[in-house]
Amino acid sequence: MLLTILIDGVTYASWLFIVALGLTLVFGVLKILNIAHGSFYALGAYAAASFVGWGATLQIAPAFSLVAMLLAAVAVAAIMAPLTERGLLRVFYGRDEVLLVLVTYALFLILEDVTKLVWGANPYYVSEPYQLLGNVQVGAQSYVGYDLALVAVAVACGLAVWWGLNRTRSGKIVLAVIHSPEIAASMGVNVSRVYTFAFMLGVFLAALGGALTAPMISVQPGVSVGVIIVSFAVVIIGGLGSIEGAAIGALIVGLARALAVHTFPAVELFSIYVAMAVVLIFRPEGLFQRMQARKI
Amino acid sequence: MRETSVRRTVAAGVATIALLLAVGWMLPRWLQFLATMAFANGVVTLGIVLLMRGGVVSFGQGMVFAVGGYAAALGSNRLGITDALLLVPAGGLIAALVAAPFAPLLARYRGIFFAMLTLALSMVLYGVLVKSSTLGGSDGFNVARPTIAGQAISNAASGFAMYALAVVVTGVLAIACAVYFASVRGLVSLAVRENELRVEYLGGSVRRVMAGNFVAAAFLGGTGGALAALSLGHIEPEFSYWTRSGEFVFAAILAGHHGVIATFVASLLLEIVRSFSNLYFPNTWQLALGVFLLVVIRFLPRGIGSLWLDRRDRDAPAAGAQAEELQSQAPARNGTTLPGGAA
Repeated sequence: MLLTILIDGVTYASWLFIVALGLTLVFGVLKILNIAHGSFYALGAYAAASFVGWGATLQIAPAFSLVAMLLAAVAVAAIMAPLTERGLLRVFYGRDEVLLVLVTYALFLILEDVTKLVWGANPYYVSEPYQLLGNVQVGAQSYVGYDLALVAVAVACGLAVWWGLNRTRSGKIVLAVIHSPEIAASMGVNVSRVYTFAFMLGVFLAALGGALTAPMISVQPGVSVGVIIVSFAVVIIGGLGSIEGAAIGALIVGLARALAVHTFPAVELFSIYVAMAVVLIFRPEGLFQRMQARKI
Repeated sequence: MRETSVRRTVAAGVATIALLLAVGWMLPRWLQFLATMAFANGVVTLGIVLLMRGGVVSFGQGMVFAVGGYAAALGSNRLGITDALLLVPAGGLIAALVAAPFAPLLARYRGIFFAMLTLALSMVLYGVLVKSSTLGGSDGFNVARPTIAGQAISNAASGFAMYALAVVVTGVLAIACAVYFASVRGLVSLAVRENELRVEYLGGSVRRVMAGNFVAAAFLGGTGGALAALSLGHIEPEFSYWTRSGEFVFAAILAGHHGVIATFVASLLLEIVRSFSNLYFPNTWQLALGVFLLVVIRFLPRGIGSLWLDRRDRDAPAAGAQAEELQSQAPARNGTTLPGGAA
């Protein structure tokens, strides 16, 4: 029982972490809490469904569907991110944080209808990749290999982003921009390009989360809504803009949810918010956020 | 606020109510209903505007909206209270009571944290409502048409009756808000928005102001919810859903935090845009709403109220120029840096 809760929780935490990582990255660099993140997640899921479907009609080997899912996420990031960041968000930089939340809310509303126009309102099913990795026997229970692979992907994503930020030259530049865009610009950093790149990475992670989830759910209108609220809870718990925070936050939320599902299913939805409320009462800024001095 | 100006505000408010009642009498039924919903939503938005004056935005007013609505609906269905004049204030009071324990906690938070915590509260309530089979689950339940001051309302008269109820209730609350905004306590909210530490140094309690505002906003939200539930004749958990709260914030941004009248103009405008895009673009009304929102934020950054308030500033050029000068002297007052400038 305990093992089941643990594994379920960690699996759920994995995809949650992938999505929340993108959210926290975009907030860290651009200072935007992006509600449309959920729409990019949905776009990733839809694109994955289409790509895997095309692969099947072209009679490419089933293993290709895993590559197709990755390609779907890349495509969404390559098309949507520059369009959104350069075309829309740029106009509103420097405005109040809450106003920017509302801008992304508008974008969310727009994308919600756009996905319906492109893919229609009927659900898509892409269950093939889910069976590809077989089952894994742990003790008496057997688990789907795909779920466990998800954990590995999440860990890889987290490590890659952490390593990229802290151990490479371009990562240091991004950190400099996070610290102070003006000073970074005066040192010759192309801040505008850093913003576009960071946003693109954020969208890619959202779309990847969506693409990886697509085989486990029926892809239909409304998938975007649920994920936003939960991933908000994750980044708020961890502290906005912190990678370690997103990881711990995702684990807390994932385990809280798994515990609720297996012991007392009626409280599934609250368990997430209760976890968030408890953390915020003791650490108002989130677990991994440093307190900031306020200007007088 | 001086007594004469209080009297002037009240007189103007009463005149507006009378005018709206007269106009409403002549409106077609669908427009009466649309206006009724706009007023009900407008009261909720007024609550957000009240919070915005203190510098915070609640993304979870759906919670108090739903509490007020369910309180009125249950009062009617379970307790047999049929009079709207009791049910509507009861909705507001119960919403304020439910919100009160959270007020001291929330008063510690600002900005996105305040927005997200209120959002979480509203989603918890949504979860409870969806799961509770005694309250009709995700379908909600119907509410009988109320009586007003003991008078049963005929089918033909119901459109105007609910409209009149909404106008009078929102009118009274709007006058109360206008008076409060101009009172010392109301102005302290604006001071908190500008600089909390200075307010504390001057002996004010920022937390008490914020908590008070939150409870007052909850009362307004609950009243709006009760009005909406009684006018619709139906209530469902969707009242507490975050997209609903988002629409209230949208209306508040559209209104700006300047005045009371702008709030209702914005609410009416939003309701009209929603109805017409629902009618003409049934599959893409969210798209239309989103584009409308973007246009407003881009071109009317200080809200619809700036359309006439800015003109007033122009009529008094000296004061306007002075304010502008002050603004240009303090470009980074809020500590926000301008990424666009670096690009």
